[in-house]
Amino acid sequence: MARALIHVPASAKKGDVIEIKTLISHVMETGYRIGVTGQPIPRDIIDDFVCTYNGEEVFHATLYPAIAANPYISFFTVATESGTLAFSWTDQHGATQVQTAAITVE
Amino acid sequence: MRSAVLRVAGLLMRSPSPQRGEGWGEGDRASRQEPPHPALSPLGRGSSERLVIAMVFISAFFCSVGTRAADIPLDQRRSDSDFVSADTRAMQSDDTANPAMLAVLDGETLWNTKAGATNKSCADCHGDAAKSMKGIAARYPAFAAELGRPIDLEQQINLSRVTDQKAEALPFESKELLALTAYIARQSRGMPVAVKDDAQAKPFIDAGRALFEQRQGQLDLSCAQCHDDNWGKKLAGNLVPQAMATGYPIYRLEWQEVGSLQRRLRNCMSGMRAEPYDFGAPELVNLEYFLMWRARGMTMESPAVRP
Amino acid sequence: MDRNRSRRQILKTAGALAGCGVLLRLSIRPAAATPEMMKDAVRSVIGKAPVKKGKVKLDLPPLVENGNSVSCTVSVESPMTADDYVKAIHVFNEKNPQPNVISVKLGPRAGRASFSTRIRLADSQTVTAIAELSDGSFWSDDIDVIVTLAACIEESMH
Repeated sequence: MARALIHVPASAKKGDVIEIKTLISHVMETGYRIGVTGQPIPRDIIDDFVCTYNGEEVFHATLYPAIAANPYISFFTVATESGTLAFSWTDQHGATQVQTAAITVE
Repeated sequence: MRSAVLRVAGLLMRSPSPQRGEGWGEGDRASRQEPPHPALSPLGRGSSERLVIAMVFISAFFCSVGTRAADIPLDQRRSDSDFVSADTRAMQSDDTANPAMLAVLDGETLWNTKAGATNKSCADCHGDAAKSMKGIAARYPAFAAELGRPIDLEQQINLSRVTDQKAEALPFESKELLALTAYIARQSRGMPVAVKDDAQAKPFIDAGRALFEQRQGQLDLSCAQCHDDNWGKKLAGNLVPQAMATGYPIYRLEWQEVGSLQRRLRNCMSGMRAEPYDFGAPELVNLEYFLMWRARGMTMESPAVRP
Repeated sequence: MDRNRSRRQILKTAGALAGCGVLLRLSIRPAAATPEMMKDAVRSVIGKAPVKKGKVKLDLPPLVENGNSVSCTVSVESPMTADDYVKAIHVFNEKNPQPNVISVKLGPRAGRASFSTRIRLADSQTVTAIAELSDGSFWSDDIDVIVTLAACIEESMH
């Protein structure tokens, strides 16, 4: 499990546009760097990031090697109802990591 | 002539420093005298040249043995954060955007993980790090009585692991050691650097100063020449900071990961084309001690982000 | 005579090309994307539709401290209602080994058509952001960025 940091406001008013910030530990190896052996280090990147809000997709990003190591992505979403925001990062091998955050919307 | 020497050396370029306002002028530095580089002779051949060379050599000799350019006056010291881009500063100041915080979180987990033959965690003896580790990083390196010399924070962590937890020492620059260092250093954020400079510490701080001021490597450069005498100027597109080590361990953009002050010092030495000391070498600890003493009273900002 | 000369010409050219091929294989730097590759990547994502300048604001520092991590923010003017919203934002570059940087899918639930990330830039170059709106139109913005490297590069640790 890679370490991830998520910032979601704990509460918001219905209709507010809130900012969500995410950061995950990942080397995002481009596949272009030459290692000590003289051979390129194989590509190893997270290539998919999805945020769902009570199950509905609200943000979806396709990442390429040009995204910096330890990917930071911040975006906005409308606070519609109380519930759970789920964040999933999937790497090029198909492995997925999911982390959730709760939000109270009054 | 001085600027011609510098241009010939090709090492440093003058440019207006945004931190000091546009058109950074001669007047700001009129009080500082810089020894001319003895290896360069901008003059032609002839007997007068030999006299000038002798004078240059003698003045350089005197400058290098004690009457060197002064330490940065205490009130002119500025954090290395002042010399990075606004984006890098913003990355550091936002805990959700600072990649070093991932290491801090890992460190928190390790702090609470049982280890060694004693099967105790750091927390079992030290409790809540926010309380017990407050101010600790700000006073390292510190003299370790059991070893008869100063050690830095990384070495102290390992000393505690080996002696008290009966666990194995963590390798230098390992993810685990950096995580614990980052977590502990984070607890000193906002506090003033406060390393001891008593009679016991003085020989080590002085040894560190000697290393800082000693010319070394193929480029025959000393740390002081850039960081005391030419901070604020540009080197390869980036501003030269004063090298106030208040933010370690740092997330360095060049490394794309967190690293220690010793790693950074070894980088500098490689950059100067000097043979770097090994991790854990007493020379590096003495240099760290001098650097922290040089930054005494300045605010800790660990973990920082640097280019 | 002419046939001999043209044969020698062909052989010379072939030899030169073969020589170039050898040089390319020996080079350890990957071929960088070219502006043409970027245009192709843009076409493959947005098809043949015309792209207009405007509505999109791409935020990148004009002078980058270290190409390993460059703050990048894209914002698009849009009410983000069910009838008028930004469907997608794509970022491209012209000098990295690959022209794509990130593609983001949005909808009315976003509230604001804006996101931030950190990207890698291999060299001084132009970075382009293209937004696809719900009405099928495409809008773009681009920025020229100068990339400098950190001064003291360490030896490999691993």
